[in-house]
Amino acid sequence: MNVLAIDSSNLVMGVAVVNNQKVLGELITNVKKNHSVRLMPAIEQILRDVDMTPNGLDRIAVAHGPGSYTGVRIGVTIAKTLAWTLNKELVGVSSLEVLAQNGRSFNGYVVPFFDARRGQVYTGLYKSANGIVKAVEPDKLTMLDMWLTQLAKLGEPLLFLSNDLDKHSEMIDKYCGALACLAELTGHNPRPSELAWLGLQREPVQDIHLFTPQYLQLAEAEAKWLANRERS
Amino acid sequence: MGDIMSKFDKKTMILGIETSCDETAAAVVENGTKIRSNVVASQIQSHKRFGGVVPEVASRHHVEQFTLVCEKALEDAKATWSDLDAIAVTQGPGLVGALLIGVNGAKALSLAHGLPLVPVHHITGHIYANRLAGNMQFPLIALIVSGGHTELIYMKEHGSYEIIGATRDDAAGEAFDKVARTLDLPYPGGPEIDRLAKAGEPNIKLPRAWLEPDSYDFSFSGLKSAVINTVHNAKQRGKTVDKADLAASFQESVVDVLVTKTMNAAKAYHVRQVLVAGGVAANQGLRSSMAKACEEADMPLSIPPFSLCTDNAAMIAAAGTIGFLKGTSADMALNGKPGLNIEEF
Ligand SMILES: [Zn+2]
Repeated sequence: MNVLAIDSSNLVMGVAVVNNQKVLGELITNVKKNHSVRLMPAIEQILRDVDMTPNGLDRIAVAHGPGSYTGVRIGVTIAKTLAWTLNKELVGVSSLEVLAQNGRSFNGYVVPFFDARRGQVYTGLYKSANGIVKAVEPDKLTMLDMWLTQLAKLGEPLLFLSNDLDKHSEMIDKYCGALACLAELTGHNPRPSELAWLGLQREPVQDIHLFTPQYLQLAEAEAKWLANRERS
Repeated sequence: MGDIMSKFDKKTMILGIETSCDETAAAVVENGTKIRSNVVASQIQSHKRFGGVVPEVASRHHVEQFTLVCEKALEDAKATWSDLDAIAVTQGPGLVGALLIGVNGAKALSLAHGLPLVPVHHITGHIYANRLAGNMQFPLIALIVSGGHTELIYMKEHGSYEIIGATRDDAAGEAFDKVARTLDLPYPGGPEIDRLAKAGEPNIKLPRAWLEPDSYDFSFSGLKSAVINTVHNAKQRGKTVDKADLAASFQESVVDVLVTKTMNAAKAYHVRQVLVAGGVAANQGLRSSMAKACEEADMPLSIPPFSLCTDNAAMIAAAGTIGFLKGTSADMALNGKPGLNIEEF
């Protein structure tokens, strides 16, 4: 089975083609450039490089969020459209779960996160044991200080994975101290090959038309509207 | 010139895609003139809650609707991917997050089926809605009136656009929306004013901004302020203004300027046709005044039927047909451009 993996949910852009257990190609950048301009050319290139036509794919795996609203939408729109129009399977995987896979050789809790501004992060709690990384708590949007307080109470080693680590390392140290482990330089980019690998193990979505991003947050205007309606 | 035996009469089948604002739309058009299907998923009910289009909400709806409208467009047209010659998509102007959905979806379709990708300027789509309803005769003057645009465009032939006049402040549709809000009319306000104006008399004196004598530019902010002041002053004197009369007076003022400037341009540029396009082209007051002025001047007039005045993808496919036959195409790096300029197009 050939899987095309697509991740544009955050700053890192990744595409990969995986054939069952073999990673045929993988392209990752971690630069502040426009996904709308670069994602389709990257897909075109990786397919060409591994000598595959779009029709040669069996499944598309996409990082469905959380992350940048626009970034998530670009990836999901492309994945959805390709899967629908080529009549292929579609699988959505959490962007955080993809990143958490980088903690596979660690034994203990794995904490991937993406900065979400104003002191907030998109994060989740994962546990790594015997080379398998599994979710313990669902992904969420939370204040980082509250999250770290909660994590410290676990009293076990915590592996933090994030390209935004620099920004928050002091706070992590303050709340989690010696429990905190920071991954190596190469551990912070979500890998599209991991996304493909996760995508291979999941059940494809039933109805591609109904597939939507996991924003983990209402649009601001909608949240306000709901709050107003409840008040009146 | 004109449509007679030119390269623009070739047999084509184009899928059009439009997501520039709050409609997710896909359509199949044959030979740039015949609508095979025209599917629009309107978000108006959703945005009504907020009293206007919320960009983030619009983008979310586009992702939900995109593949559905494409599927329906092909089904209705009884067409398969191999029947198509190209995919035309609105590149701009519009809401950036909304444009991105259509552009990236269109790119995915283009890659999947090896079909050429044709970027389309949204306003040229509104203009080419006219070709779906009749002939275009060149040279022509097109009056573009919508929520975001008020422009006079000179076209000497297919695919050639020269802006000879534009609004210096509010677009005509914007003025309609703001006045509707002042009169507490429901969203969207334009059609409400049109409906109300029919019941009223244009007996309230409101300004008309003619600007310099030779200018084809427009200005509606002064008129808008005058309406707000009228309502405000009446309130202070403990009186109420007749909403229908005010709507009629406001609409007459807008229409008067639009029609007069269009007819002046038509004369000065010696055109063979006047064309009206954009959401406000659905306004009854504008349609009848323009029809009367053109009849008096013995000038052929083209206005799309109501159904093609608001945003749709058939018009994008129609405009895209011209782009396709001119050899315009984009690669996988195509991006949405919120401020796309029609003259550079
Ligand atoms: Zn429009």
